[in-house]
Amino acid sequence: MQIELKLNGRVCKADVSPDMRLLDFVREQGCASVKCGCDTSNCGLCTLWLDGKPVLSCSVLAVRANGHEVTTLEGLQADAAEFGAFLSDEGAEQCGYCSPGFIMNVLAMVKELPDPTEEQIQHYLAGNLCRCSGYQGQLRAIRKYLLAKQEGKL
Amino acid sequence: MFRAKQYLLAQSLEEAYAANQKRTATVVGGMCWLKMSNRQIQTLIDLSALGLDTITRTDEGFSIGAMVTLRQLETDAVLNETFQNAFADAVRPIVGVQFRNCATIGGSVWGRFGFSDVIAVLLALKAKVELYPTGVVELDDFLQMPYDNQILVRILVPFTAKKAAVQSHRNTATDFPVLVAVASELADGSLRLVAGARPQKAALVNTTLTAQSSAEEIEQQLENGLQQMAFCSNMRGSAEYRRHLAKVLLKRAIAQLKEGTANAD
Repeated sequence: MQIELKLNGRVCKADVSPDMRLLDFVREQGCASVKCGCDTSNCGLCTLWLDGKPVLSCSVLAVRANGHEVTTLEGLQADAAEFGAFLSDEGAEQCGYCSPGFIMNVLAMVKELPDPTEEQIQHYLAGNLCRCSGYQGQLRAIRKYLLAKQEGKL
Repeated sequence: MFRAKQYLLAQSLEEAYAANQKRTATVVGGMCWLKMSNRQIQTLIDLSALGLDTITRTDEGFSIGAMVTLRQLETDAVLNETFQNAFADAVRPIVGVQFRNCATIGGSVWGRFGFSDVIAVLLALKAKVELYPTGVVELDDFLQMPYDNQILVRILVPFTAKKAAVQSHRNTATDFPVLVAVASELADGSLRLVAGARPQKAALVNTTLTAQSSAEEIEQQLENGLQQMAFCSNMRGSAEYRRHLAKVLLKRAIAQLKEGTANAD
């Protein structure tokens, strides 16, 4: 099937099979930040944005993205680097495997909730599993990132 | 992951229904559960183009399209204001935001899954299901129906219930629930109590409780009602534990109802 979508701002046309996952499609297009972690819709590693909303690309058919806008970490490099610096400052990226999906969801959260409470942060990010950090470093990084944004330092 | 040979973006309910008459065809909802299967599917039927992704308030209640995501249920201000955040409380523990942006109410209801938090809330709110071509059926009846080749179009939530409260317990955050308990207060003051994830599908608890029932009556009737109800054991909890949890969570839900504010309707 022919699909046409906007991937990180560029128009992308491709022939895909009916059962191809969006995850596999974007990886074929060179977006290697999007990875398959659990393959059971649980870990959040394959998070990307579909029309600006975070979704699990392992659970979306590529054909369903036809005519829509897809954004991966490769399309948000400046923002990702900015938040990534806070993550590394807090030692919150031990192995780093979960970071792409985590960063995508944090950036989606900031877009939707400019000043989230601690509870809102934890609820929003509940679908991103990290097996190294224990999450405390990540929460510190988010709080400092949000504070820096509010103070106009970013 | 399933394999599929064809993809049909249905342009009408008639087209979707006609395509779904073959046993090898499958309607794809949010795909979160379907992707876990290893089936060989001839035709995947997608309802995305049918405008079934909206929540509409009507004079009788809410009309929720089958393709509405769990995240929409969670964030719809009018729906949640009407039912004291019952929908948000029910779906918020389900995995994460990204998952809930994919999973649909149609998929949850059609699956008639025992673990479904959504079905428990809908049952407490006396929801109905609109099927094509049969028409509207009560959710209670739909839950007993065998899987057939109809198309689930929308869920209708009447203003029958004035208030609703949801309680659930999970062994770990984002896991399937060990038990879901929902209480709603109907316009005549009677309470409608539902226990879900028993782990069988959600069902009504047989009581005659009202909003004015005393703590002793609640204790006694819950004890009797839950003794009549079947609970089973699995890796998440024993039948005995679930029956005990159901009583505790339903009491909390009833207390939450009493503290909450009434539906404006």
